[in-house]
Amino acid sequence: MVGSMRISLFITCYNDTLFPETGRAVVRLLERLGVEVEFRPAQTCCGQMHANTGFRGEAFSQAKRFVKLYADAETIVIPSSSCVAMIRDQYPGLIAELGNDALRREFESLLPRVHELSEFLVDKLGAEDVGAYFPHRVTYHASCHGLRALLLGDRPFRLLKHVRGLELANLDNVDRCCGFGGTFSVKNAEVSSAMLTAKLQDLQSTRAEFCTALDNSCLMHLGGAMHREFAAMRTIHMAEILASTEAAPAEALA
Amino acid sequence: MSAPGYHAVRDGHTVLDPRTAPPFPDAALTVLRNAQLRKNVACATDVIQGKRDRLVAEKADWSQLRDAASAIRAHTLEHLNEYLRQFEEQCTDAGGMVHWAADAEEARAVVLKILREEKADEVIKIKTMTSTEIQLNPFLQEHGIAAHETDLAEIILQLGNDEPSHIVVPALHVNRAQVREIFARTMGLPGLSDDPQALTAAARTYLRKMFLTVPTAISGANYLVAETGGVAIVESEGNGRMCLTLPRTMITLAGIEKVIPRFRDLEVMLQVLARSATGERMNPYTSLWTGVTPGDGPQRFHVVLLDNGRSAMLRREVERQTLKCIRCGACMNTCPVYRQTGGHAYGSVYPGPIGAILTPQLQKLEHAQTLPYASSLCGACYDVCPVKINIPEVLIDLRAQVTEKERESERRFFDPIYLGMLIANWVFASAARFSLAQRAARIGLWLFTRKDGWIHTLPSVGGRWTMTRDLRGMPKETFREWWSKERAR
Repeated sequence: MVGSMRISLFITCYNDTLFPETGRAVVRLLERLGVEVEFRPAQTCCGQMHANTGFRGEAFSQAKRFVKLYADAETIVIPSSSCVAMIRDQYPGLIAELGNDALRREFESLLPRVHELSEFLVDKLGAEDVGAYFPHRVTYHASCHGLRALLLGDRPFRLLKHVRGLELANLDNVDRCCGFGGTFSVKNAEVSSAMLTAKLQDLQSTRAEFCTALDNSCLMHLGGAMHREFAAMRTIHMAEILASTEAAPAEALA
Repeated sequence: MSAPGYHAVRDGHTVLDPRTAPPFPDAALTVLRNAQLRKNVACATDVIQGKRDRLVAEKADWSQLRDAASAIRAHTLEHLNEYLRQFEEQCTDAGGMVHWAADAEEARAVVLKILREEKADEVIKIKTMTSTEIQLNPFLQEHGIAAHETDLAEIILQLGNDEPSHIVVPALHVNRAQVREIFARTMGLPGLSDDPQALTAAARTYLRKMFLTVPTAISGANYLVAETGGVAIVESEGNGRMCLTLPRTMITLAGIEKVIPRFRDLEVMLQVLARSATGERMNPYTSLWTGVTPGDGPQRFHVVLLDNGRSAMLRREVERQTLKCIRCGACMNTCPVYRQTGGHAYGSVYPGPIGAILTPQLQKLEHAQTLPYASSLCGACYDVCPVKINIPEVLIDLRAQVTEKERESERRFFDPIYLGMLIANWVFASAARFSLAQRAARIGLWLFTRKDGWIHTLPSVGGRWTMTRDLRGMPKETFREWWSKERAR
């Protein structure tokens, strides 16, 4: 495996605040694979929430901030598909609209160095077997941004397939949204909940103990409903599964 | 507040009119409690989407076809003026009469004037969503002209006093037993069974007399061919073919975006339309007619070209995409929101993802402002769109326009989401502020966190979340706190 690689972790605002265990797992996993991890404490948010809710002006400021902060970073790894999609799909339009040529050049040189976690593992490290151990029945929720914006394809499955002890359960309607959609979940809470109910039915019929994904925003939505309904299933970010070993099991199992 | 202009009223309230429709979340709430409707919508969309997926998968060159269809539509819109003029010229040369209507009111007036000249008190119609857009049927009725729908789904809706919920399958929300009930009641057939053959036979008998006696017809258009001045209609039942052969006068109502440059462009457009719309390799009936042919079909032919907000959408590239739409409805069938709510919740003849971007723009964002938010931005619509309209991109752009309007509203600071967004922006501008806000949130949320570490109830916007979902309480330390403690030594 590649030894001398150095990455900068963009943890994202909600992982930082609500799911620090995902960040800790990313650090543990990457360091185990010989990658040096740095964390720039000046980071905050990519601007996705503002952009998708219609606060374009505000999203401009986050985009500028992100580009400035990581201009000199070798590789940026982000354990959240939707934030990567924000940077890939929406930043170009935002930055073009700002009309700042220097910023545009900085962004264009930065963009190829921005990777979602599974992309980084499979494409950059060439690591499908990350030496993980997770003896549980797991189903994979392909979050919409990972599936359709990033086109992650079979990368997540290739990673999960090599986890020892893990039994992968097939999920029906894997391409269907869980109903989160950021502020959609509160602006259209009823429709969002109806979508969630449909997704939970598919999830529960897998009889998996864990539902995993590469985006904690979907998992917060699904996990919130599972907890409310006393479902026999929990959510766990894939980074935590991949970081898990016999000696150091996932924090969720503690 | 009542909007200016004409309002169709049924049972004392306006139907499918974005100017008076309730906000999407309110309208959705009503349908979400209608189990029958939701089951009907889920079954129907599953069937159509399944057929579409199979037929798209069998086409090895689907992505090239899609590219070609997208390119034809984009090119047309860039030169819309020229192609419309060419269409008008060719159509006129072939004996047709072209009328231009800037808005719904003008279009209704043109149609009424033609019908008056024809001394018509009845008219038969091929399914046209554009006529619903301009509220044509109730308008004609008020002026003493009975408009009879001839498309099976439209008959079901007309006789059932209902409104379309899908642009391709307008009665998608109605099941067989309900159709039987409507037909039995309105056609005076108490013994009618719900066997599909019996139902279509009943509709056939009902229609036959009209085809033979009503000499004036109204159609929409799937495509207007600039090169020849011809009009193309695709359909499945043959009712369109009947309307195109028996009547002496045909009035075609079409949005200005329906034009395509050349006859041969139909090769691409018809292939992507049939597969996307109904999951068929080719639709059963494709009718093409050009002007008037002596001794064959209608001898008087009018085309009403409707703008009604469309040309304003040409200005910006992002919004312009909306006009590429060929009305296949594939985005509706795949949309996880539409699949839960059906079409009526959108308060517009154009529901689903395309409706969520088209309707607000047709309304110049004065109405239907909640529609751009009626999406989780999952992107399934963009994936299936045969002309590659990036619907999520347009939705986000329209949301920004709605927000710009809100910035001028005096009540904006009473909207917790608006306020929250401004505060969040201020917080995200500095890591120190963000760190402080995280600590404040921990204290704030602690008040609501139960012993099990989870939050079951929150006030205000948070309550919209905890309505159906718990929220795990804030962890003891944020990631950045952990990092600075463990790592930054």
